[in-house]
Amino acid sequence: MAREVYQAVTDGILIGGVYALMAVGLTLIFGVLDIINIAQGILVVLGAYLSYELAARLHIDLFIGLLVTVPAMFVVGVAIQWTFIRPLRGRERTSMTLLVSYAVALIIEGILYTVFGPNFKQLNAWYVTESVHVFGFYLPYIYLFGFGLAIVLVAGLYALLYRSRFGRSVRATMQDETAARLIGIDTNRVAAITFGIGVAVTAAGGMVFGATSGGFNPNSGYDLISRLLAIIILGGLGSIGGALAASVFMLTLETVVGVWYPNWETAVFYGALVLVLLIRPTGFLGRQAVRAQ
Amino acid sequence: MTEAVTGAVSEAGPRAGIASRAARPAGALALLAAALLYPVAFPSPVAVNYGVYALIFAAVATAWNVFSGFSGYISLGHAVFFGSGAYALGIAARDWHVSGLGVFALLPFAAAVGAAIALPFGLVALRVRRHTFIVITIAVFFIFQLMAANFSFTGGTTGVAAPFLPWQAATYDDPFYYMALACSAGMIAIAWLIRRSRFGLQLRAIRDDEDRARGLGVRAMRVKLTAFILSGTVTALVGGIWFLYLTQVQPPSGYDPLFDLSVVLMAFLGGLGTIAGPVLGALVIEPGQLYLTARFTNGYLSEILLGAVFLLVVLFMPRGVIPTSAEWIRRFRTRGRPAVPPEAPPREPKGAGSAWTEERRKSDEGRQGLKGRLEASGKTERVGE
Repeated sequence: MAREVYQAVTDGILIGGVYALMAVGLTLIFGVLDIINIAQGILVVLGAYLSYELAARLHIDLFIGLLVTVPAMFVVGVAIQWTFIRPLRGRERTSMTLLVSYAVALIIEGILYTVFGPNFKQLNAWYVTESVHVFGFYLPYIYLFGFGLAIVLVAGLYALLYRSRFGRSVRATMQDETAARLIGIDTNRVAAITFGIGVAVTAAGGMVFGATSGGFNPNSGYDLISRLLAIIILGGLGSIGGALAASVFMLTLETVVGVWYPNWETAVFYGALVLVLLIRPTGFLGRQAVRAQ
Repeated sequence: MTEAVTGAVSEAGPRAGIASRAARPAGALALLAAALLYPVAFPSPVAVNYGVYALIFAAVATAWNVFSGFSGYISLGHAVFFGSGAYALGIAARDWHVSGLGVFALLPFAAAVGAAIALPFGLVALRVRRHTFIVITIAVFFIFQLMAANFSFTGGTTGVAAPFLPWQAATYDDPFYYMALACSAGMIAIAWLIRRSRFGLQLRAIRDDEDRARGLGVRAMRVKLTAFILSGTVTALVGGIWFLYLTQVQPPSGYDPLFDLSVVLMAFLGGLGTIAGPVLGALVIEPGQLYLTARFTNGYLSEILLGAVFLLVVLFMPRGVIPTSAEWIRRFRTRGRPAVPPEAPPREPKGAGSAWTEERRKSDEGRQGLKGRLEASGKTERVGE
């Protein structure tokens, strides 16, 4: 039993890294735009399908394919923000944006169903099927590669946010949009690019998800978004460090619970979410979950 | 909204608004009569089938609106009640060996299960506001879907089947039609009464500014929770009827994420927080969806269109069809004259405060914004103790 638990913990940490990548995108979008992007889950699935198409039709390696899919998803993100989110104004804006992104998710899901059908697909490569033996554990290479990719990208995001001029304007917009505009930051541009970045990371997350999840179809988006929502609320909405910690914690908890109760692993997510909100409605490590009106 | 019955008789004068006030109860009665006669006029099973679904959704959308539309707390978890009502009825009929027409006696049980779920659900979810609230309702929704798929008493992924009803095929839908009609008419009446009542005013005060409402003495949690439980109870009851009509329920059909978005879209399309809005939305969207699904083999087309219509409504008509067209009519009537008549609105002796506030609120909205609105509502009626 102890062995299985160790294995579960290792798996949980490695997959948690991948979820961290997707959750960071979601929490970043929330921090800057005050939007919960319900479409994030289906966008991850879209990213997985893009990788699938590149691999199946053009025989492009999954990781090299990211050079195409990440920019493509960035464009998709900017387009969604520009067309549907930016025009929304007024007091009900936050609720409306949530519903709008839900509608966008529905449209993407319908299109994916129409194009790819309901059959489960899986991404394949040598590193998906082969495993490496470390300290007596079996680890498929993709887990290690995916974790490495997640670390590189999250580090890149950190550098972008905390070491660049653009990052400074993003953080300024997060702190106070009006003040940011007063000192000459083009907040519309910041919002569009941030949304684009938040969506672009789903291309990478989707690739690793598609290779590790043991099959995905357009319906997988619901499962993903509900996990991601639980993670970012747990970590505190808008907190990047919180999202990282919460994804590793939650995924580890899930895999460990899965050792004993395989059917109920997913319930851990929601159970933990409800518990946390009962104790501390703002999540851990979070700033205010509910901003002043 | 308007004190239509008394107002129309006592002050039938030259003012433009009066005619529509008098027309309203008459119009509602005419609509009810039309709805009652619909299965007689169009006896084909397809037409009645559309009618049943449209009325089921009219009832659910109105129930949703009484909580979410009035209080501003957008719930994306009403499928929890709908599915639980269906499951409660199915499981009770199966385990207590109820068959035949006796199953209809279980409908109050389905409603009670809805209430029993709404209480703890509301106590947890209503502690937080805005997006966090929406996200919690989504999470609770997924918990229920997961439970339905994993417990053995819910029949796992195969779900539960309803007992056989010994009715003739040709008129099988008619009793369901009238049940759904009774539910939606009853819920509309409740919504109308709530909107006119002090309770409705408290709900709307919470929507406009919860902290201010609390400061004025509204017991916010109690008010929100009451509306939530009422809404959940009715939704579960309608879920029970839906289950008997469909004769089966599975986890993905009972707890359907599309259900939530459809209901929200119906309310938004017609007009959030209005009485007629969600009904209109349901009567337009549900038959439209059924028609598209039947007409095109691609079942996902209606999903894409639902999303697209939603985006169009939110972007171009964010207040919904009814408030927007009401504004157009008002603008047409008052063209060339100031929108607000110069004379002060009549102060009516009693019960009129809310109506006057409502009108004043509407006309002030553009000029004074939030501040004016709150002052208007604070001045004219004391909210709570």
